[in-house]
Amino acid sequence: MIGEHLPALQVVVPLLAAPICVLLHRGDLAWLLAAVVGVICVAVSAALLVAVQVGGPISYALGGWPAPWGIEYRVDLVNGFVLLIVSGVNLLALVFARLSAAREVAAERLYLFYTGWLLCLTGLLGITITGDAFNLFVFLEISSLATYLLISLGHDRRGLLAAFRYLVLGTIGATFILIGIGLLYMMTGTLNMADLATRLPDVQGTRTVRAAFAFLFVGVGIKMALFPLHLWLPNAYTYAPAAVTVLLAGTATKVAVYVLLRIFLTVFGAAYTFEQMAFDRLLLPFAAAGVVSASVVALYQRDCRRLLAYSSVAQIGYMALGISLASVTGLTAAIVHLFNHALIKAALFMSLGCVLYRIGSAAITDLNGIAREMPLTMAAFVAGGLSLIGVPLTAGFISKWYLIVGALEKDWWWLAAVVLASSLISVFYVWRIVEAAYFRRPTPGIAPRREAPASLLVPTWLLIVANLYFGVDTTLTTGVAGRAAAALLAGAS
Amino acid sequence: MIGLYNYWVVVVLMMTGFYVVLATPNLVKKVIGLNVFQTSVFILYITIGKVAGGTAPIVQEGARLYANPLPHVLILTAIVVGVATTALGLALIVRIHSAYGSIDEDDIRRRDGAES
Repeated sequence: MIGEHLPALQVVVPLLAAPICVLLHRGDLAWLLAAVVGVICVAVSAALLVAVQVGGPISYALGGWPAPWGIEYRVDLVNGFVLLIVSGVNLLALVFARLSAAREVAAERLYLFYTGWLLCLTGLLGITITGDAFNLFVFLEISSLATYLLISLGHDRRGLLAAFRYLVLGTIGATFILIGIGLLYMMTGTLNMADLATRLPDVQGTRTVRAAFAFLFVGVGIKMALFPLHLWLPNAYTYAPAAVTVLLAGTATKVAVYVLLRIFLTVFGAAYTFEQMAFDRLLLPFAAAGVVSASVVALYQRDCRRLLAYSSVAQIGYMALGISLASVTGLTAAIVHLFNHALIKAALFMSLGCVLYRIGSAAITDLNGIAREMPLTMAAFVAGGLSLIGVPLTAGFISKWYLIVGALEKDWWWLAAVVLASSLISVFYVWRIVEAAYFRRPTPGIAPRREAPASLLVPTWLLIVANLYFGVDTTLTTGVAGRAAAALLAGAS
Repeated sequence: MIGLYNYWVVVVLMMTGFYVVLATPNLVKKVIGLNVFQTSVFILYITIGKVAGGTAPIVQEGARLYANPLPHVLILTAIVVGVATTALGLALIVRIHSAYGSIDEDDIRRRDGAES
């Protein structure tokens, strides 16, 4: 009975919990509620993914109004997988947030922090699950507004300006998406994605549809921080409370990549996107330039979190590279990396969150010699760093492997070289932090430091173990991603 | 050309708003520019809903042709989103002002030193 309403519950549970958080008016109770909701969300998304794998795509008519008129929630392999990533990372980030956010967010604002957190989760899950283009915009704004709030709640005043700049850029991006959706509606008279996909071929030669394509590309590009539209990301990641950075790095940009896949491969259709609009050739230069330049910029950062933020921009470039290969292997690489990078970056930002919790800074020079006092935290960072570089037996290796295989399939040797070169650069920037932590002497006269508390270390190490596990057993990741990629490419042609 | 009058208004408003957002260092003016930018999209949607010769979408005697109410409903949602964005933006500006004593972006960056 409850099983058939799972798609609605995925979104409604966090949505309803958010106002209850306000009523609870206490930070610890709000956290407890958010954690319970987090567990429910993981259970629901796992059940949905299993159901989709067994019985094919699920269509849910919200309020009983059938699809072209009412809002449809549609779960298939692609978004079922993304739902699981989002709710999984969210749960671990929440466990991490209890101590971390209590230190970084003013106590009287803590219940509002968790309200914003739940709304952000609602938005992200909603974007992923909905089959309605306008509904996607609404959820996008729900998650974005909540994100601006979360970024601004830390102690660092620079977070305020980071949040404001993200608000300006994010609103421009979302408005571009709104314009694109409006133009599509103008030509087809429908907002349902499946319906749009069947009606668009009749009008796809028109300039209006091409304009919609361009607006949507730029809008989604801003949201996923595709180079050179990434300028909001480094400051937002650096000055947000540590737990928020974990949540954003693990979910927000990943959902935006999913939106890119959904809009351009399902709604416009792979044939139109790749063959007529040459989307692959459009995306490729941005992706390749992002991979290289963001990696180089990361080398010169003095703050570890900023360094990782630039590395995130480069990793988004990898996903875009996978998409621009326009093949099943390339798309598989993009989807696998979407999952793996969520694990990698969440783990790395968590270990830095542990450092922040103890010493209140993530500047590289402040990390000198810290591995002696915080061995578990820094060991987690090293393991996560290896996965980021793409060392065999880690999750990062799997995604890069698929990416390079995809490039070689097309005989694009130079692209494989670009991927390898930027992996090499990532060795250097990870090494800078490792060198400081392990091989430098602590600055004389600093206060003694202690290992981070267990409730911060446990989620960090869970993610590290996941990184190692999915580097060896790839049946879940590449299995689902491969089938999802095939479905995305075939569904449209 | 005249038939596309509404769309010209949309383009002019959109570019004006966009320019204001990019050009001014004053945060409040940026929010104003953002509002103009969003308003242009509201007009775009409202224009889409117009059906030539159609009347207001209320069932009444003698009316055969109605304007399309759906874009209007959609844009009500977008207006709400716009109001929420403006409110949050202004709230952030209030906090920025109390933290920095300024709402000028260049000024704020100078106070934070070399880091952007």
